[in-house]
Amino acid sequence: MMRRADALAAIYPRLEDAVVVTIMGAVAAELQAIGHRPNFFYLQHAMGLASSMGLGIALARPEKQVVVFDGDGSILMNLGGFTTLARYRPRNLVHVVFDNESLLSVGGFPTATSTGSDLAGIAAAAGVPRTSTVRTLDEFTRAFTDALSAGDLTTIVAKVEAVGPSVFVTDLALLENRFEFQKWLRQR
Amino acid sequence: MPRVPVSVANSRVIYDALTAGGVRLMSALPETWLVHLIRMAEDDPGMTLVRLAKEEEGVGISAGAHLAGVKSAMLMQNHGFLASINGIVSCAQLYRIPLLMLISYRGEFGERDPWQTEGGGVTEDLLRALRIPFSYLDDPSHVARRIHKAQTLAQSATRPVALLLCRDLMWEESEGQRPPDRP
Repeated sequence: MMRRADALAAIYPRLEDAVVVTIMGAVAAELQAIGHRPNFFYLQHAMGLASSMGLGIALARPEKQVVVFDGDGSILMNLGGFTTLARYRPRNLVHVVFDNESLLSVGGFPTATSTGSDLAGIAAAAGVPRTSTVRTLDEFTRAFTDALSAGDLTTIVAKVEAVGPSVFVTDLALLENRFEFQKWLRQR
Repeated sequence: MPRVPVSVANSRVIYDALTAGGVRLMSALPETWLVHLIRMAEDDPGMTLVRLAKEEEGVGISAGAHLAGVKSAMLMQNHGFLASINGIVSCAQLYRIPLLMLISYRGEFGERDPWQTEGGGVTEDLLRALRIPFSYLDDPSHVARRIHKAQTLAQSATRPVALLLCRDLMWEESEGQRPPDRP
């Protein structure tokens, strides 16, 4: 099984010109630890809405590649959002769900994916045209690279270890991130 | 679908004011009072209409569109507003997003549907509790001006604002035409 931090590091060079939206918690902290960029936005609350934000950006800027880093706990709060993603099928959106089968940042309580709920299956049944579940770093890197070149809406469920950083708060202020990201996005 | 006496003319006034204000993306979840507005968005090649499964998604979509430089509006019933509150607080307010919310104000005076009455009774108090500036659209003569002013405040404050779509504007059936169903 892979670690989320390794998965992020493996594809980090591919994010240079992408519009990146992440959820809160470990994903945001780990991506910032690798290296913050002005094209990265960390939604530090509003669980479930990272994929909706990605959809809004993808529809507003169809020429830009959008990447959303989601989590099992977050997307479980917005499963209906899969149907909206599929309905509008933004070709420029890659939706990665890091599935550690738990709510890591609040004590590691297991989510429903630990008892068999299949997020890639849910995405596929909702109508997302390209879906996969990956378990190794090689599989993940290949699935992500393929998704970028496929030019179609893709959900990749990456099964990862339930480990994360010891702290989730970083030096980057929420609003600083928000306005820097907006400026980057509107200039391009 | 049954014929409903929702005002096409006043829906048009609202729609035209939104597009005049530069709105290019609308999220919506159908409800009776919004049918014409949604059809107008559907028929407008310059508008991106996003039909939602649940209204809270619209907060995220509008936030993304705003950061990308596209003006948007959310069309929803007041129960959709109730369903969106966490997103409004923890996305739009936390991140200073100028949401423009058009909320059909069901359950106010004249409401016949019993199931709408609880939501109607709490809508304004919730908007106040959330410190969301709001006004009423209840007459076509002020619709364009109030929508413009709401957009102006949302942009300058970078905060959500709300306009309540009222029965007097949206519903054409006069009270005398159909007596209350219950004594």
